[in-house]
Amino acid sequence: MNSNIALKAIDISKAYQLGEIGTGTISRDLERWWAKVRGKADPLAKIGEVNDRTKSANTEIIWSLKDINFEIEQGEAIGVIGPNGAGKSTLLKILSKITSPTTGKVVGRGRIASLLEIGTGFNPELTGRENIFLNGSILGMRKAETQRKLDEIVDFAGVAKYLDTPVKRYSSGMYVRLAFAVAAHLESEILLVDEVLAVGDAEFQAKCLGKMESVTKSQGRTILFVSHNMGSIGELCQKSILLNQGQLKRFDQTNLVISEYLSSEFSEYPQWEKLNERYSSPFFDLLAFHLVDSNKTQNLTGVVKNDDVGGVYVKFDVKELHPNLCFGIALYTQQEQLLFWSYQTDKAQNEWVQPPLGTNEVIIWMPKRVLNEGVYKIKIIASLHFIKWIILPKEAPHINLQIVGGLSESPIWNDARPGTLAPVLDFERI
Amino acid sequence: MNNQQTYDWSIEPQNSLLDLKLKDTWAYRDLLWLLVRRDFVSFYKQTILGPLWFFIQPLLTTIIFTFVFGNLAGISTDGLPQPLFYMAGITAWNYFADCLTKTSTVFKDNANIFGKVYFPRLIMPLSIVVSNLVRFGVQFLLFLMVMAYYFFIAKANFEITWAISLFPIVVILMALLGLGLGMLISAMTTKYRDLAFLVTFGVQLLMYATTVIYPLSTAIQNYPNYSWIIEYNPMTPLIETFRYGFLGKGAFSWASFGYTAGITVVILLAGIVIFNKVEKNFVDTV
Repeated sequence: MNSNIALKAIDISKAYQLGEIGTGTISRDLERWWAKVRGKADPLAKIGEVNDRTKSANTEIIWSLKDINFEIEQGEAIGVIGPNGAGKSTLLKILSKITSPTTGKVVGRGRIASLLEIGTGFNPELTGRENIFLNGSILGMRKAETQRKLDEIVDFAGVAKYLDTPVKRYSSGMYVRLAFAVAAHLESEILLVDEVLAVGDAEFQAKCLGKMESVTKSQGRTILFVSHNMGSIGELCQKSILLNQGQLKRFDQTNLVISEYLSSEFSEYPQWEKLNERYSSPFFDLLAFHLVDSNKTQNLTGVVKNDDVGGVYVKFDVKELHPNLCFGIALYTQQEQLLFWSYQTDKAQNEWVQPPLGTNEVIIWMPKRVLNEGVYKIKIIASLHFIKWIILPKEAPHINLQIVGGLSESPIWNDARPGTLAPVLDFERI
Repeated sequence: MNNQQTYDWSIEPQNSLLDLKLKDTWAYRDLLWLLVRRDFVSFYKQTILGPLWFFIQPLLTTIIFTFVFGNLAGISTDGLPQPLFYMAGITAWNYFADCLTKTSTVFKDNANIFGKVYFPRLIMPLSIVVSNLVRFGVQFLLFLMVMAYYFFIAKANFEITWAISLFPIVVILMALLGLGLGMLISAMTTKYRDLAFLVTFGVQLLMYATTVIYPLSTAIQNYPNYSWIIEYNPMTPLIETFRYGFLGKGAFSWASFGYTAGITVVILLAGIVIFNKVEKNFVDTV
């Protein structure tokens, strides 16, 4: 059964040195070198130290990865998830031979291609065609191989007309498409992908995901895919690795790993609490806000379905009444594109919520079946209508909201569609 | 663990020092040519005068050397026409110096691409050496034109000797010596940046310890006790051989030529070993 293992990590660890490296450490380098010559362990690496960025490190060495073990079978698509600084990128860098592990080793079968960035080595002066060959060979393709795949690459990128134009004249979208197309057509047995899909529009992202899926399913290639987008991971990967503070927390079925990650204390918490007087005003003093489910309990994951978004719980103090007080939420995309504002004064005047003096708790119910899959920012905003802002949208505090699934009941609408919104409209025959 | 042999590759903290990764590098040979082509094309596309720049630098240097060292200082040129003597030295020296300085910054210049994708890093310095060969070729053509002028029009007194047949070996040795030294320095500059400043300055100084602006015979004659510095400089026999081959003047001996070849092989091997060692973790320190 060992025979179809594509990649196996045995006890890999990676230590990084904090602070200044280089000048000033010649004496320490000598100390280390002397220890190495005698075959002793690195005197500056304390064993057992865990990478926790919230504590200040006692040593100048931190373990970005610690004793990672896993086996990946051929043809599997594996997701790698974890909070920022968990060691995801370090793992991919080791697997792609960009840097070597401090201890342990990785063995495997077949050619590895890594896609840590797209368009590595693209030269703006060269034409599209020249860059395809250059980028292809940087990624490890022979010239003849690229030549054979040229039509496919050009077709996938949709740049046939501009093939002999220098890429500096390309739009950024064309540039990204071309770069991904080259990488996607690599004939490697193992493909490492790091968050590259964050660039490009939704349509392109869907196309890339589709390509990666077909690569594993039909060609039996192995993929390791790092992403913060649980939607893409859930769609592409059967199994996932959860990393936190350089340690492997879980390696299991993707849905189990994702729910463990989202409910664990180290996932980025979808709630906000007042820490200082930055957003304070006598008319509206924001204390806290977080997401709630439809039964008004706090949603700790920040992940909801498109047809059951729940609401936003807001807690604030009113020390002075003002007739013009407006408060509400602003919804932004991750790229800070405003989708809408909503105030408590949006309805007819007799339906307005009028907060009395003292501490108030309000739930703002979110619309269902409006947002597409993806991550959005919810901000609390407040103003004295026609007088002044209390919390300016640009500076307002935010929490993240991630929509996964629940797009429709239709049997033929299963995947995320392009676009920021995904409403289900009524069709009436007349 | 028993069937470990069935794995194609393994990534480990340390590789054997003797693993020069030459096979790996050979597999990426296409990349070498594409990089050379990239250097060439992007150089042309940004300039108005294009390849003319290759001519201007050696021409101006020759004129200045003729004026300063030849006429003002009156240093002997072994009876050769001064411009011809200097140009021979400059053309050869420039190739070596370019290979050395460009290779020595290879990690810094390519930090971005090295941090994102793996390929045998040796390809980069090799592509630099080959790219510079194009430039050297152009400058060498200029030298041949000046030679032709002195031969046919000025009727100067010089002769081509059999040693001209060593020319290809001289070029290869210059390239490998520059490559080897450059790789040694590049490996050290990843940790200690200040070494990079030393290189441009050091190369200039080294030129004066090489027989670029004076013949070896004059140095031995004037400083019999110190001329060993110049003689042990592995570039000296190369410049001397070059001059002896094309102009018939210069101190060629098989012993010194063999000495240079030996030193070059040692420096090159040391360069590759250290380069490969640094390359594994350099991303962490840049």
